[in-house]
Amino acid sequence: MIYIQLFISFLQIGLFSFGGGYAAMPLIQNQVVNLHHWLSLSEFTDLITISQMTPGPIAINSATFVGEKIAGVPGAIVATLGCIMPSIIIVTIIAYFYMKYRDLDSLQSVLKTLRPAVVAMIASAGVSILVTAFFGESGLIVMKNLKIQMVVIFVICMVLLMKFKMSPVFVMILAGILNVMQYFLLSSLSLGTL
Amino acid sequence: MSEKKNLLLKLFLSTLYLSAFTFGGGYVIVTLMRKKFVSEYHWIDENEMLDLVAIAQSAPGAIAVNGAIVVGYKLAGIIGIIVSVTATILPPFIIISIISVFYSFFRENIFVALMLEGMQSGVGAVIASVVFEMAAGVLKERKITLVIIMLISFIVTYFFNINVIYVILVCIGIGLIQTFMRKKVDEK
Repeated sequence: MIYIQLFISFLQIGLFSFGGGYAAMPLIQNQVVNLHHWLSLSEFTDLITISQMTPGPIAINSATFVGEKIAGVPGAIVATLGCIMPSIIIVTIIAYFYMKYRDLDSLQSVLKTLRPAVVAMIASAGVSILVTAFFGESGLIVMKNLKIQMVVIFVICMVLLMKFKMSPVFVMILAGILNVMQYFLLSSLSLGTL
Repeated sequence: MSEKKNLLLKLFLSTLYLSAFTFGGGYVIVTLMRKKFVSEYHWIDENEMLDLVAIAQSAPGAIAVNGAIVVGYKLAGIIGIIVSVTATILPPFIIISIISVFYSFFRENIFVALMLEGMQSGVGAVIASVVFEMAAGVLKERKITLVIIMLISFIVTYFFNINVIYVILVCIGIGLIQTFMRKKVDEK
């Protein structure tokens, strides 16, 4: 049953994504792309891009997007509920004990060990997104598949983000525009030489 | 009774507003919640809010949702949670539903396809820059165990396709053991 599958998949995403922001991304990729093949890697990348440009957490956005695609509006609702269920239970329990004992130190020191792993997992998801961007959906890393223009756009974006601290949304839109420009520029050039 | 209704309505509208207009992820929304509920409404005092934020950040799941849960729970118990969580997930749910209807439709368009293709590089760069910043934060702690955990986690998830859930469980295990041992040392 597809609803149960959606629910359980997003339940796992909700249960194991610690640290907010991008932490849910590797889990979503694992469930939605690798295990269930609900999205291809480039659809998944589109989803992350859309999530960046709209308000709302990546996990909720993904639950809605994937649920809708696989099983319509009921699918979206089921996936979203699965995604928030662990939070509601766990956060309520922690909040209850906090109001009683007011001790959060042990919890936070346990989570400290988790941080480097979360960074590594985000890095791993990021690398697979870049491999698709540079070499196409096949994921085969061979020089003849390399899209040079994508590497150039990537380098420009890195400079704008790291050196000039520009806003991610702006940089992403710029990346899209650069790709459109180079496409029409190159195709008009090759038409000119004919 | 009507006072409680009023509080719930205010809670609903304010979380709905925050969720619909906050770009930039969980940490931003939690900061705005603090501003609204501590400075503006005086529903929660500053110190308690700091702890509630810490809870929202330590528990699994989206920080925005967790923030809504702690605030809702603090203000009105279970019914407060239902109200604030509904208000938080409604805006992204509606926005993404609309986008997903148009997505397959637009994806065929050459212009949109090129735009999205370029943005793949852009989003890759955004993630890379976030990773660099977060990794720098881990390195700053100057603890060799954390660096080793980071390297091993990357290798097993990227090269060996190990399910990330196992990596998380193992790290929680290591964290529990360390905390337990430290507490024992402290007792002596």
